[in-house]
Amino acid sequence: MRSKDIDGDGWEERHLMQKISTFVAMNIARIIEHFFFQLGQWCQWMWMLASRPEKWSVYYREAVRQADAIGIGSLPVVFIISVFFGAVTAVQFSYQISGTFVPNYYIGYIVRDMSIIELAPTFTCMLLAGKVGANIATEIGGMRQKEIIDAMEVMGINTVAFLVWPRLVAALLVIPMLVVISAGVSIVGGFYTSIWGNLFTASEYILGLHSFFEPYNVFIMLVKAVVFAFLLTTISAYQGYFVGTGSIELGRASTRAVVFSDVAILIADYVIAVIMT
Amino acid sequence: MIRIEHIYKSFGEKTVLEDITSAFYRGKTNLIIGRSGAGKTVLLKIMVGLLRPDRGRIYYDDVDFLSLGRSALRKLRMQIGMLFQGGALFDSWTVEENIRFPLDMFTSMTMGEKRRRVQEVLEKVELDDVLHKYPSELSGGMQKRVAIARAIVMNPRYLFCDEPNSGLDPKTALIIDQLISEITRKYNITTVINTHDMNSVMQIGDTILLLQGGRIAWQGTKDEILHSKDETILNFIFASPFLKGLRERALRCEE
Repeated sequence: MRSKDIDGDGWEERHLMQKISTFVAMNIARIIEHFFFQLGQWCQWMWMLASRPEKWSVYYREAVRQADAIGIGSLPVVFIISVFFGAVTAVQFSYQISGTFVPNYYIGYIVRDMSIIELAPTFTCMLLAGKVGANIATEIGGMRQKEIIDAMEVMGINTVAFLVWPRLVAALLVIPMLVVISAGVSIVGGFYTSIWGNLFTASEYILGLHSFFEPYNVFIMLVKAVVFAFLLTTISAYQGYFVGTGSIELGRASTRAVVFSDVAILIADYVIAVIMT
Repeated sequence: MIRIEHIYKSFGEKTVLEDITSAFYRGKTNLIIGRSGAGKTVLLKIMVGLLRPDRGRIYYDDVDFLSLGRSALRKLRMQIGMLFQGGALFDSWTVEENIRFPLDMFTSMTMGEKRRRVQEVLEKVELDDVLHKYPSELSGGMQKRVAIARAIVMNPRYLFCDEPNSGLDPKTALIIDQLISEITRKYNITTVINTHDMNSVMQIGDTILLLQGGRIAWQGTKDEILHSKDETILNFIFASPFLKGLRERALRCEE
């Protein structure tokens, strides 16, 4: 090999390039194969979800329990982050327009629309993917590892429907409510910045809130909230349902649930933005 | 009675079960024994439909289990109770909710009737004052009893137990064994137990199936073990010199 290199015919470089390209090609093939396997499995899984629930009353009871966990459990953290969404947006926009001809009341207008169209649905749902999504993946994954899912299957229960429907219904009802609360709190957060920060007056901010209001934006917010709620619930439940054995796998499933949910939310956010605006 | 015929199962290249044919009788505790990795759990999972065999047939009282349609399968499943190794109880539900769950899902009983039924099965497994407790507040043995109560709440005709004694002290294990055996006889259930607890084998085993490397190494009754000359079963059951000595002494006493 050395003599070939000394000859200067580039054999070693070619050999290395060949090895790298083989390695890259094999990994790409593996990723594509894995992607299609997951997609097929997800489709089958969603098909099982589409079947009729065995007993509505039991599903209803579970949905109420889940709605309580998602809604009441997430309210404090949604409240805290939403105050800061609005406050930070107001401060930063105020900084950007300082020394320009853009009037100060635009701050209220920008905070309102940013909160409604983007910050409240997207960031709240990304936060909920971390909180609720990880919780769903861990809870269902734990049931898989402790053979609770097997026990239900032996009883003849459609486990996908039983585990996912109540969580999905609860999320579809509660998450849009949390998003609406988040938007409201965010706008209020921006308002209080005006009092504490002395960057603009309260009346300027309120004038901005009343300017250029498009009710259609609220509709976009609700569509986003529903779509994101669907994504974060089904992705997290899917990750939990097919968890491997051991606590490391449970941790991985929980991480995948959050990461995949966040990525899916951002992709869906872009698609909705393109379609609806 | 449950019959399994020529069951084969592989995972990729690895053959886990090979040509397993046996029968499990009503009103008897039928044991599947073998070393770890012998295929006991896989066989049990195949019998309850959690895994599908590559080949073979399973008959529940002459009903071909593997060819049942969805609704018929659901009806049959309602007659199956299963006790899992760890109990498989919902952590976030109380004992009452856990036991009531199959009744909630598959019956149209009123809440009062369901509560009475839950109380009945709790009495059967000799538990009281636990209705509103969560599984985490109970000992391992009590959790097993709750799991048994849930398994029998629908009056099953078939009861499957996967390692019912794992993680229990010898005394509690004995109590659980006796409980399963009593329920089996009293309610004429076909019980299949997967275990590697030799005390259980000698205590409650009516029929015994020994698996080794995914094949049947021996099958027969408890009495046949005692008088058997088969080295495979003797080496498995009486693995320690102490137990071998006990067997020889028992045989001498009989003579």
